[in-house]
Amino acid sequence: MMRRDECLKLLARHHTDEIVVPVFKTAFDWMAIKPSPLNYLCVGAMGQASSHALGLALGRPDKRVIVLDGDGSLLMNLGSLVTIAGVAPRNLVHFVCENGCYEANGGHPIPGAGRVDFAGLARAAGYRHVHEFSELDDFAARVGAVLHEEGPVFAVLKVVAGESYPEDYPTLHSAETRRRFAAALEAA
Amino acid sequence: MDTPSATAIRGADIIAAIKRSGIATVVAVPDIVTSSHLLFPIARDPSLRLIRVCKEDEGVSICAGLAFAGKRALLLMQHTGLLDSLNAVRVIAVEYELPICMIVGLQGMEPDREPPRSARYGIRIVEPLLDVMQVEHARLGVRGDEALIQPAFDRAYADSRAFVFLVTRTPE
Repeated sequence: MMRRDECLKLLARHHTDEIVVPVFKTAFDWMAIKPSPLNYLCVGAMGQASSHALGLALGRPDKRVIVLDGDGSLLMNLGSLVTIAGVAPRNLVHFVCENGCYEANGGHPIPGAGRVDFAGLARAAGYRHVHEFSELDDFAARVGAVLHEEGPVFAVLKVVAGESYPEDYPTLHSAETRRRFAAALEAA
Repeated sequence: MDTPSATAIRGADIIAAIKRSGIATVVAVPDIVTSSHLLFPIARDPSLRLIRVCKEDEGVSICAGLAFAGKRALLLMQHTGLLDSLNAVRVIAVEYELPICMIVGLQGMEPDREPPRSARYGIRIVEPLLDVMQVEHARLGVRGDEALIQPAFDRAYADSRAFVFLVTRTPE
């Protein structure tokens, strides 16, 4: 099992100008680890990150889009796996941080915690490349290549919570954050 | 209210108005009201990209992502899908003030009534819910109503707000 913040720090080393769509606790981690105006924080409703990312990927085929999803979030929008695989955007990389619980909502276990096979679901839905990582060394060795594969790419990160970062909800939901993202994307 | 004798709106006229609105992507879950003369022709139209989604709230988010990328899109669905997506509409379209344009078939709508007077609870509540949510809406029922589409969608994008058209009769 890996610490989520350590995974994100590894990912940040390879991140350049990609759009990143993170959710909940991962969003707070990522905002601290790799702040960027191209972080898309206005997912709004739980589960919707992958769908926002699909819209961004289709609207900006010249940009790569990285989703940092959660396992509980993905379960709320499981059909998006099928939709994304059907549309097959080449520029979409979909990470799922699997911690087995609703960390932002009290730590209750997700349905099927420890039994549901997220990589298997993505493979069956038709993602082009599917990976699963539970060792940090393995992730460190392969994350760069994963980010450059032809999408849609899916990667499960088996994680536990790491360092605790500030839960900056005002920034997450602010109109200024959305304006800054829109301006950055237009300029990118 | 649509009069039973008035001529039903044509799907081809709705599609033409969608295109005049600068919309090139349609995100859809099939709806029996709009199936034959709207969704099937859209699916065959090479100038429109159709994204088939599993659930309607996916469509709200896809349209949001496209809007940030400067691309106009339409979410086409049944009123049951709209009801299922109210939380996504609430936060993404209303609270985040994003231009989500929707055309929604009122499945089971009686042609001789206004939607809020429908005998069907699921239809009766749609317009009042949109009013409470402060989402602008209008009806597409008879020929000529298609003229409402482009101004409404242009305004939705200019003001970054949602707009919902409710299809009250099966288009011809």
